[in-house]
Amino acid sequence: MEQSEKKPERVSIVLHSGDMDKVYSALIIGNGALAMGMEASIYFTFWGLQRLQKGGLEKGPLSKMHMLGLGKWMIKRRMKKANVASLERLLRDFKELGGRIIACEMTMEIMGFTRHDLREDLIDSYGAVGTYIREARESAITLFI
Amino acid sequence: MADIKVDTTKGECPLDEAKIKVDCRGETCPVPLVEVRKALRKASPGDVVEVVGTHPASKKEIPMAVEALGLTLLSVEGPDDDWTICIRR
Repeated sequence: MEQSEKKPERVSIVLHSGDMDKVYSALIIGNGALAMGMEASIYFTFWGLQRLQKGGLEKGPLSKMHMLGLGKWMIKRRMKKANVASLERLLRDFKELGGRIIACEMTMEIMGFTRHDLREDLIDSYGAVGTYIREARESAITLFI
Repeated sequence: MADIKVDTTKGECPLDEAKIKVDCRGETCPVPLVEVRKALRKASPGDVVEVVGTHPASKKEIPMAVEALGLTLLSVEGPDDDWTICIRR
């Protein structure tokens, strides 16, 4: 029987930055992809992986005009006024809709993180570049943030 | 990409039929899309999901998601900042 059940298309994102605004971008795109019926994965590496430390999600600076935290404070205030969802909520939604989170093992080594330091409950797998390439070669969209 | 055309003159969303209601009034990108997707995942085939919201871009984008998911858009009603969308899973 020739039944070619179409596999959902995939988005694979590398989150290299730990900046708050860029973490937002990754999670918003990831959630958007899942909401529109795609598969999605986010590969947290380097500064991005710091955001997966316990208590680290909201700790990122602004990528521009951080101004020792003043810029971030102002942006956060405006985001609250516009009722923008928190990173925590977006991360939970991402997981609930089936998004996958991959943690970079080399970054863990460099930064001295053990799995216990990270939010293990959210991480689907631990990997290196091969894991990302395997994801990306089967993806319709891949982004480096 | 061509706009998705919906006949909004057909009358009201079948309110009684809507089993699942999603209220994302006041929410902004990407929450309305995400909440609709969550509701559709919980719905059974044939169920009607009714969504109300106030985020203008979502009024256009929820129909795009419905099309991408291969589901049926029943109606899109109301102004851009106070709309109701009905979807059949």
